Formats: sequence, C-alpha cells, structure tokens
Amino acid sequence: MKRGFAAAVAIARKDLRTEWRTRESLNASISFALVILVLFSFAFDLDRDEKLAISGGLLWLVYAFAGALIVNRSFARELPNDCLDVLISAAPAWAIFLGKAVACFLLLVLVEMVSLPVFGLFYNIRWVSSFFPLLLVIALATWGITVVGTAFSAVTVNVRLRELMLPVLLYPLLIPLLIGAMELTTGLLNGNAVMSDIRLLIVFDVIYTSLAIMLIEFILVI
Amino acid sequence: MHAVAADRVWKYFGDYPALRGASLQLSKGACLALLGRNGAGKTTLLRILANLSKPSKGEISVLGRIGYLGHGIGVYDDLSAIENLTLFGQLAGLENAKDAANAALELVGLARVKEGLAREFSRGMRQRLAIARAFLHNPDLLLLDEPFTSLDDRAIAVLQELLAGARARGSTIVMSTHQIREAMELASDVALLERGRIVFSGSRSSEMLLDPGWLYRTYGEGARE
Repeated sequence: MKRGFAAAVAIARKDLRTEWRTRESLNASISFALVILVLFSFAFDLDRDEKLAISGGLLWLVYAFAGALIVNRSFARELPNDCLDVLISAAPAWAIFLGKAVACFLLLVLVEMVSLPVFGLFYNIRWVSSFFPLLLVIALATWGITVVGTAFSAVTVNVRLRELMLPVLLYPLLIPLLIGAMELTTGLLNGNAVMSDIRLLIVFDVIYTSLAIMLIEFILVI
Repeated sequence: MHAVAADRVWKYFGDYPALRGASLQLSKGACLALLGRNGAGKTTLLRILANLSKPSKGEISVLGRIGYLGHGIGVYDDLSAIENLTLFGQLAGLENAKDAANAALELVGLARVKEGLAREFSRGMRQRLAIARAFLHNPDLLLLDEPFTSLDDRAIAVLQELLAGARARGSTIVMSTHQIREAMELASDVALLERGRIVFSGSRSSEMLLDPGWLYRTYGEGARE
C-alpha cells in the first residue's frame, strides 16, 4: 500500500513535469477557458443581476470543457513508445490512476485559478470576499471532474476518436456534480449560498473515486 | 515452486483464440527461448505473464519482481535519461532510485548524456536506455519480447552482458525471438508455439544448438503434416 502511494506520487510528478515541458494540454485548456469567458462577455449584454444569476453556470461549463482538454491527455500521454505497458507492469493500476488523477487535478486547478480573475474582471463580479468557500467548491468539484475524466481517459486511450468519445462519455456522468457546483458557486457569488449542498459534491467524489479505484485494473488490464 | 507457471491458458481476441490452452512451467534461474512464427501467440503469452493482459481461461503465476522489455522502448521522450530511470526505480520501490539510475546509465554507456532528453537521443541510445530501464531493479523475472530485433551492435553487446549478469544472479528469463541461433546460445529451456498451442516445451538439447531449424522440423507444423 505504501509503495503504491509512493508510485502514485512518482507518476503525478512525472505527468506534471512532462506537461510543464510540453504544455500540450495546459496551453490549450487555459486558452480555451479565457477565450470562452471573453467571448461570452461580449456576446450577451447582461445587467449585473443577470450576470450574477448565470455566473456559476458559466464558470462551471467553462471549467468542465477545459477539464476535458486536460484529462484527455492523461492516459494518451502514455501511448508513445508503449509507456503504458511499462507503467502497468511496474505499478499497481490504482496507483497509476491516482497519480494521474492528482496531476490532472492540479493542472485543472491552475487553469481555474488563471481564469477566475479574468471572469471577475470581464463580468464585474467580486469573488474575493467568498474566495475560501469558493476554493472548497472548486477543489471538490474539480476532483470530481478529474476522477471521472481520468477513468474515462483510461477507457478511451486506445479508441481512435478518443477526443470525441471522452466528452460524450464524461459529461452525462458529471451532470449531478456540475449542477451542485453551479448552484453553490452562484450562491456564493450572490452571497446566499447554502453550504450544506456541498454534501452532494463530497458524496459524488467519494462514490466515483472508490468506483474508479476498484475498476481501473479491469479497464487497464484486459 | 516454479518461477513461472501457466496452466491451460486461453486468450481470445473477439472470437479468435490467440492462445489455446498454453501450459508452461519454468524453474527459478532458467532462461526460456519462446519460439514461433509471427502470430503464434508469443507476445500474447508474454503480455499475460507481465500482467498486461488477462487470460480468458487458465491460471498464471509468476514469482518476484518483473522487468519487461516489449516492442516499444517504454521510456518518456520528454524526460531526461536520469529522470526516466529514477522514475522507474521509484515505481519498483528502490530505496535509492537515483543512485540505481546513475549506476544503470554507467552500465549502458549513457552516463555522459544523462541530463539529455530521451527525444534528443539517437535510436541506439534510446534502445540502451530501454534496456537499462528493464534491468534497473534487478528483476527476478525478465520478460523480453524480441529483445534483439532492430538493436544496433552496441545495444546487442549491452543486452548480452546484462542477460549474462541476470542469469548469474539467478534471475529467470523468458525471451520471445525469431533469432533462433542467438536464443539457443542463451537458453536453458525452449518452448515452441504454433497457432496458440505450445507444441514443444523442454530443455534445450544439443540438436537445437547445432541445427537451429531442427526444432521446427521436428515439432513444428510441417512435422505433423
């Protein structure tokens, strides 16, 4: 078990290091998030109340789509030189999954932290006063996105049209998580959040993390 | 207790049986040359032994840590040589992975370029890096899928030296190959796969060493027709 966690840390560090060098998914994801936020701000002429009303929905749609760009590369990164085979023969499947999910989580949080100030600026929404509860919502919902996304990245790694397949499989499962995150975020930005709703995010994370860890060996070793 | 045991292993890809009840036992320290034509099931059997694939039917047991060298080199292009080997040392649970990585790079003649990214290496250097990766943690069982194919002279010499060292340490080796003469010189045991079935499994005999075609003529498809 201890060795498995050490392997997960080593894999997460490896993924972050290779991503930092290539910036394959990070550049695409940050650019996408910023472009969508800016385009939406020009596309609709909304007053302040309307902006507040759509804030959570807009933010989490952007994060969910940007997240797909991050998780898509998670297992695809192992395809050149048959690295996935070597990884599976060297580490337990759950450790591979956990390491990759943690790396995706950190990358997506980085994308979110870059795009949040842009969101505040273009939509004139003050999020600084509710930053810490917002951070908690972001952390829980982002873990949910990455854990399901990483699992489906493993499912689709050998599929020819994996860039298309992953979102098709991913988003239906994320609906409850995204609804919870959108409502909480809108509530926080409006100053009327019901923080007990955060239980939905916690339950989602626990269920899908457990399921993914239990099933990942059947996905990777077929 | 056998180092490697496969008991009536079947593997289907769709309806097609790539392995048909393959059985095999190998003692600790043995070196098995797994022979057979293309599509005979050698890679499938090796992948199952390496836990990269599950058998559809049958049982597999292997003892100890595995070192695997497949068709791909299995190293990351965007990591340096030392980062690659340190990573695999950590995955293998080595106490001091970086020291082991340095020693392995010295052994394969890549110490001088250890900070260079694998993508910047020549083909021969990448092959030596892959060999270092497979042998890094002194595995108890080495699973090598056509290890000599497309290696340059220097990589072949490195691999032969490391294989001799592994045998001296008592590691068990399973090696699929088409290079029968080289395989026979290294092997203590031989298995011949034909269309997913092991048609011969046993010790390497003097006939096999003297005449590489003898095994195919005696036990291969032609012998039964």
